[in-house]
Amino acid sequence: MIHRLLTLIIKELQSLLRERQTRIILIVPVIIQVLVFPFAATLDVTRATVAILNQDNGHASIELTQRIAQASTFNKVILLHDEPSMIEALDRQSALVIVRFEPSFSRHLAKGDTAHVQLLLDGRNSNSAQIAAQNIEKLIQKFALSEQKHPPKSQLITRHWYNPNLNYQWFVVPSLIALITTIGVLIVTALSVAREREQGTLEQLLVSPLSTFEIFLGKAVPAIIIATGQATIVLLAALWGYQIPFAGSLLLFYGSMTLYGISLIGFGLLISALCNTQQQAFIGVFVFMMPAILLSGYVAPIDNMPNWLQTLTWINPVRHFTEITKIIYLKGAGIDTIMPQLIAMALIACITTILAYIMFSRCFFISLRDT
Amino acid sequence: MQSPIAWRRLIAMCRKESYQILRDPSSAMIAVVIPLLLLFIFGYGINLDSGVIRLGIVAESHNADTHALIQAFDDSPYIEPIVADHRAPLVQQLEANQIRGLVIIPTDFSDRLNRDEIAPLQVITDGSEPNTAQFLQQYVQGAWEVWLTQKQYRLGVKEARPIEVEMRVWYNPAAISQYFIIPGAISIIMTVIGAILTSLVIAREWERGTMEAILATRVTRTELLLSKLLPYYVLGMFAMLLCVALSTGIMGVPLRGSFLLLIVVSLLFLTSSMGMGLLISTITRNQFNAAMMALNAAFLPAVMLSGFVFEIGSMPHLVQWVSQLVPARYFVSILKTLFLAGNLTPIILINSLYLLITAFIFIGLTAFKTSRQLA
Amino acid sequence: MNRIELTAVSKSFEGQDKPAVAPMSLTIEAGKVTGLVGPDGAGKTTLLRMMAGLLSPTSGTLEVAGLVPDQSLDQLHAQLGYMPQKFGLYEDLTVRENLNLYADLRGVEPSLWPETYHQLLTFTDLHAFTHRPAGKLSGGMKQKLGLACTLVGSPKVLLLDEPGVGVDPISRRELWRMVHELANDGMLILWSTSYLDEAEQCDQLVLMNEGEVLYQGVPDMMTAHMEGRCWLLPGGAHPRHYLTQILQHPSVSDAVLQGRQVRAILHDASDIENLSKALSLNGNEKSVEPRFEDAFIDRLGGASVRHSALAEILPQRSNHESTPAIEAIELTRTFGDFTATDHVNFKVKRGEIFGLLGPNGAGKSTTFRMMCGLLPVSSGQANVLGINLKARSGKVRRRLGYMAQKFSLYGHLSVLQNLRFFSGTYGLKGKERRQRIEEMIHAFQLEPLLAQTPESLPLGFKQRLALACALMHQPEILFLDEPTSGVDPLTRREFWVHINGMVEKGVTVMVTTHFMDEAEFCDRIGLVYHGKLIALDTPDQLKQQVTKASESNLTMEEAFIRLIAKYDEVHS
Repeated sequence: MIHRLLTLIIKELQSLLRERQTRIILIVPVIIQVLVFPFAATLDVTRATVAILNQDNGHASIELTQRIAQASTFNKVILLHDEPSMIEALDRQSALVIVRFEPSFSRHLAKGDTAHVQLLLDGRNSNSAQIAAQNIEKLIQKFALSEQKHPPKSQLITRHWYNPNLNYQWFVVPSLIALITTIGVLIVTALSVAREREQGTLEQLLVSPLSTFEIFLGKAVPAIIIATGQATIVLLAALWGYQIPFAGSLLLFYGSMTLYGISLIGFGLLISALCNTQQQAFIGVFVFMMPAILLSGYVAPIDNMPNWLQTLTWINPVRHFTEITKIIYLKGAGIDTIMPQLIAMALIACITTILAYIMFSRCFFISLRDT
Repeated sequence: MQSPIAWRRLIAMCRKESYQILRDPSSAMIAVVIPLLLLFIFGYGINLDSGVIRLGIVAESHNADTHALIQAFDDSPYIEPIVADHRAPLVQQLEANQIRGLVIIPTDFSDRLNRDEIAPLQVITDGSEPNTAQFLQQYVQGAWEVWLTQKQYRLGVKEARPIEVEMRVWYNPAAISQYFIIPGAISIIMTVIGAILTSLVIAREWERGTMEAILATRVTRTELLLSKLLPYYVLGMFAMLLCVALSTGIMGVPLRGSFLLLIVVSLLFLTSSMGMGLLISTITRNQFNAAMMALNAAFLPAVMLSGFVFEIGSMPHLVQWVSQLVPARYFVSILKTLFLAGNLTPIILINSLYLLITAFIFIGLTAFKTSRQLA
Repeated sequence: MNRIELTAVSKSFEGQDKPAVAPMSLTIEAGKVTGLVGPDGAGKTTLLRMMAGLLSPTSGTLEVAGLVPDQSLDQLHAQLGYMPQKFGLYEDLTVRENLNLYADLRGVEPSLWPETYHQLLTFTDLHAFTHRPAGKLSGGMKQKLGLACTLVGSPKVLLLDEPGVGVDPISRRELWRMVHELANDGMLILWSTSYLDEAEQCDQLVLMNEGEVLYQGVPDMMTAHMEGRCWLLPGGAHPRHYLTQILQHPSVSDAVLQGRQVRAILHDASDIENLSKALSLNGNEKSVEPRFEDAFIDRLGGASVRHSALAEILPQRSNHESTPAIEAIELTRTFGDFTATDHVNFKVKRGEIFGLLGPNGAGKSTTFRMMCGLLPVSSGQANVLGINLKARSGKVRRRLGYMAQKFSLYGHLSVLQNLRFFSGTYGLKGKERRQRIEEMIHAFQLEPLLAQTPESLPLGFKQRLALACALMHQPEILFLDEPTSGVDPLTRREFWVHINGMVEKGVTVMVTTHFMDEAEFCDRIGLVYHGKLIALDTPDQLKQQVTKASESNLTMEEAFIRLIAKYDEVHS
C-alpha cells in the first residue's frame, strides 16, 4: 500500500513538474503576485494630488497650505482661485481632495473662535480620498494644537503593534501565502483528475490493483507538497525580499498549512469528481475560488461585512488560513489563539474530503458512460 | 482580389456561433452566474469603509474620569468598547483578531489630571490590518476629543476645538462604499466575461478540429474574427445590462450619466476585452492554456491594477506604467464617472480614446496572428 | 483542366531532419478515385494540406485545378472540398444546421438548398436524423455527415484525409460507395487511407512511405507482382506455433494466420520449394491469389518483427485449470431505458484469444468494460479467473493487464518514468521491479527512447510502450480494447506477433477490434449486435455458417456483414 501510494505520488509530482503547461500555471501566478501585488495592493495614499482653494489668505491658512505642500504623502498641490474651478478639478479627477479655507479662517482662529476648513473628497475614489483627507486632518489638528492657548491636559500616544509603521506590504505579503497556496492546491487537485480522464489514463489506474482510496490519496498528497513548496517561496520572499520579520512558530505555521491544504483538497477533488473535462473543472475552480478569495478578508476586512455574511465566511477555509497566517506571522501567537480557526478548518476538511471521497468512488463509474 | 466580408458567410458564421452559445451551458454560466455572483460579493462583501470596530479598554482604576472617558468611547458610533481591568485578556483578544485595538487608561490617569499634569493615554492598534488601524486611530482621536471638550467645558474652560474640519464626499454625500465599489466591480465582471468567453472560442475550434475544415472554405480572416466577436457582443451586453439593472434597481447605485453613453462605452470596452480574449485564444490554440492565461492576464490585473480598489497614483511608477495596458483601468474610470458624477465629457472622452487604442492593439494583433494557414 | 499536378514538391518542418514530404512529382486525374496509401508518418496528411492550401510547400510547384494554392487561395477554396482527418463537425449543431453553415460558406443559393439537401441526405441516408445534434450521431454517421458537408456546393476537387478511421466496416462500405459514385460524375477525388481493403478498391494508387512515393499506378498491377508468391499452408494442431516457425524462414517476406491456416508470402516465387523442403509440407501447400495487403507489406520490406522477444521473458502458464479465464453469465447493462448489453453469455478458456466484434454502438465496448471491471453490471455476472468482479478487488486486478486504443500513457512523462509508474502501481518493487523494467526495455528495444516522452513518439512506439506497461506484472489475462485502431498494417503485424507469442505462453487474451483480418487471428469470436451476442464461434465456423454452396474463400468482413444482415432479417 505505502509502496503503491509512493509510486502514485512520484508520478503526480513528475507530471506536474515536467509538463510545461502546468509548470507555467504553478509558477507564473506566484511570480506576478509576489512581485506586483505588494506594490499594487496598497491602500496607502502616498502620491495624491491635493487642490487648495484659499479664500482666506491670512497667516494661518498660508502656513497650513505650506505644511500640506511639504507633507510627504502628497505629490502635488494645485492652487485654485474660485469655486467653479474647484468643481472642475474634482470632475476632471485632477485632485483627489480639495481643501477649502473659508474667508474668515485666520481671523476666527486669531480671535479664538472656531475656524472652519472644508475638505471635498472625490466620491469615485472615496476610500483613497478618505485616507488622504485623514492625513490632511491630522496635519490641521496638529497645527490647531500648536495654536491653542490652553493645551489639553491629556495626550494620546498611539502605537501600532505587529506592524509599527502600518506598512501595507506587511499585510499583503503574508496574506499572499494563503492566496497562492489556494490557487496551487485547487488547480492541482481539480484539474489532475479531469486530465487523467481526458487522456484515458484514469481507466488504466482503475484496472490496476490501486484502490479508490489510494488514488484519492495519490492526488491529495502531491497537492499538499506543491502548496507547501509555493508557500515556502512566498515565505522566503517575505523574509528576505520584503524584510518582514516572522514572529511566530514555523512548525505551527506549516502544521496549520497542512490542515488548510487538506480542507482545500476536499473542495478541489469534489470539483474534479463532478467535472468531466479540464474545461469544466477550470470554470468550477474559478467559481469557487473567486468568492473564497474575495471574502477571505484579503481585499476587504471581514469585520466590515454584514453580520450574516460574516457568519457565512466560516465555511470559507481561505478566510481561516488568511487569519492564521497573519496571527502567526505578524503576531507570533501560539496554538491556543488560533484554535477556533483550526477547529473550523478541521471540520471543513472532514466534511469536504468525505464528500469528495464518496463522489470520487461514484464518479469513476458514472463518467465512463459517455465514452 | 476577394472582398474581406461576404455578408452571407458572415451571417452564417454568426448564426453558428450563436447556436453554440445557446446550447453550451458553460457560456450561460459565464454570462449569468459569474455576474450575479461577483456583483453580490462586491455589493455586500467588499466594504472598505470601516463599520463598528471592537476596541478593548483597559481601565486599571475606576473613577469619574475613567467613566467619562469610557462613556465617550461608548458614545462613538464607530466603536464598540470592551472594558477590562487588566491588560492580559485584552491583549489575547487582540492577538486572536477579536478586537482591533486597545486603549490603556493608566492607574494614575485621574490623579495626573487633577494635579494638572499631562495625563497620557496609550492607544495600541492592530497593525496587521493597516486600513482598520488607521480608521481606529481616527475614531479614537474623535472620541477622545469629545471627552476632552466635555471635560474642559465642565471645568469652565470655554475653548472649543479651534479648527473644525468638515468633510464632504462629492458625488457620494452619504459616503456609501457600495456606490464606488459597484461601478468598479462591473468593469471587473465585464473583463472576466469578455476575456474568458472569447479566449475559449478560437482555441475550441482548433481543439475540436473544426478550424481546419473552416480554413479550407472561402471564409476570410475578417469574417472569422467578426463571427467570434458579434455574437459574444450580444452576450456581453446582456451581462452588462443585467449588472446595470441589478446595481441601480436592487443595490440603489445612482446612474447620473446618460444610459446611451453607458451603452456606447460598454461596447467599446467589450471590443477591447474581447480583443484581448481573442488574442489569447489565437496564440494558445488550447482551451485550457487559454483559460489560465485569461485568468492571469485579464482577471488579476483588472482587480489589482484598474484603480478599482487600489489607488493607481500610489503605486510605483513601473507598476503605474504597466496599468496603462489594462483596458479595465479606463473602464473603471468611465463607469465611476458615469454612475456617480454624470456626463463629464472630458474624462469620458479621454478614457474612451485609450480604450479605443487598446481595442485596436488587441484586435490588430489578433488579425496579424490569425493565419489562413496551419503552420 | 481538373487535375492536381505536383512538380518536385517537398515540405520540411523546422526541427525535423527528414522532410515530411520528399520532392515528388505526381499527376492526379479527375473522374476516378485515387488512393493515397501508406503507414503512419508517411506524409499523407502533409501532402493533402498542401493541396488544400493550408500549408505552403518548401519547394516545388503545386497546381490544383489549374490554380496555385498560395496565389489564388480564394478561387481554389471556391471549388475545393477538403475533409480533414478529424472532421470537426459542430457537435452542438444539428445535422441540418451543419449543412446550412457549409451551404452558406460555399455560397449555395438558398433556392437550391432543398434540392441539394435532399440529394445529400438521401445519398448519406441521414434523412431521419436531420434534427439530431451532430454530437449525438454514431461514429459512422458523423463521417457521412462530414462528407455531406464537404460535398455541399459540388466541389470539383475532393480531398479526404482518412475518412474511414474509427468507422465500422458497414459504414465504411457506404462511405466508399458514395465516393465512387461521385468520381463517376467527373469529380477529382483523393482518398487517403491506411486501410488496405479501401486502397485496393481505388482506381489509382499512390503508395507513400517516409515522405517518398513508392508506387503509383493501378492497385492490381501492384498485386500482380505478387503472382505465385502467396501460399496457404495447413496450420496443423498448433497453427500459432507454426506461424512463428514459418516467419523465421529466410525466404518468407510475411506470414499471417488465416483461420487455422497460415498465409505465407515469399520473397520470390521460386522459394516455395525451399520452404516446402524445410517445413516438409509434402505438397499440402496451396498457391493462392495474391491480395493487395500482401503486395503492400512486401513493398514496405516485409514483416519487420518476426519473433516475439516479449514472449521469451514471460513465464509459461499452465492451461489445465478447470475454471474458465473469463465468463459472462446473463450479463446485462442498462443506461436508463436503453439496454447496451442484453443477457450476454460466453466463456473464454485459458490461453485463448477471444475477439469481441460488432459495429459502432452495438454494445461491444460496454460488454468489454464490464468484463474488465470498469463498468458495474446491471444484472448477471462478469467473472474473471472464477471471481466475480463486482467487488473491485485488487487481488484479481493484479492478475489482469489492460491496454486501450488511446494507449493510456502519461504523455508528458518520459518512457522510463511511465515504465516505473506502471510497475509500481502493480506493487512491483526493488530488485524485481528493476529487472522487469530492464526486460521490457530489452524486449521492445526501448533503450534509445527512455528519456523521450510518449507524446513525441510515433504511434508504433507508443503502442509498444503501452503493451510493455500492461505486461510488466506478467498478467494471466490481457484485455485489449481496439489496440490497433488507427495503426498502420506494419505496426499491426508486429503487435500480433507479440500477442501470438504471449498466447503461446498461456496468457489469455480478450480483444475488441474493427479489423476483420485481425478477427481471423482469434481462436473464437463473439459478434455483438444491438446489445446481444448474435454469433459465437471460431472464425472458420462463422464463415461456414453463411457461405453459400457456390462460394469459396469468403472474407471475414463479408461473413460479418452477412451475419448481421441475417439477424436483421429474422428480427425485423
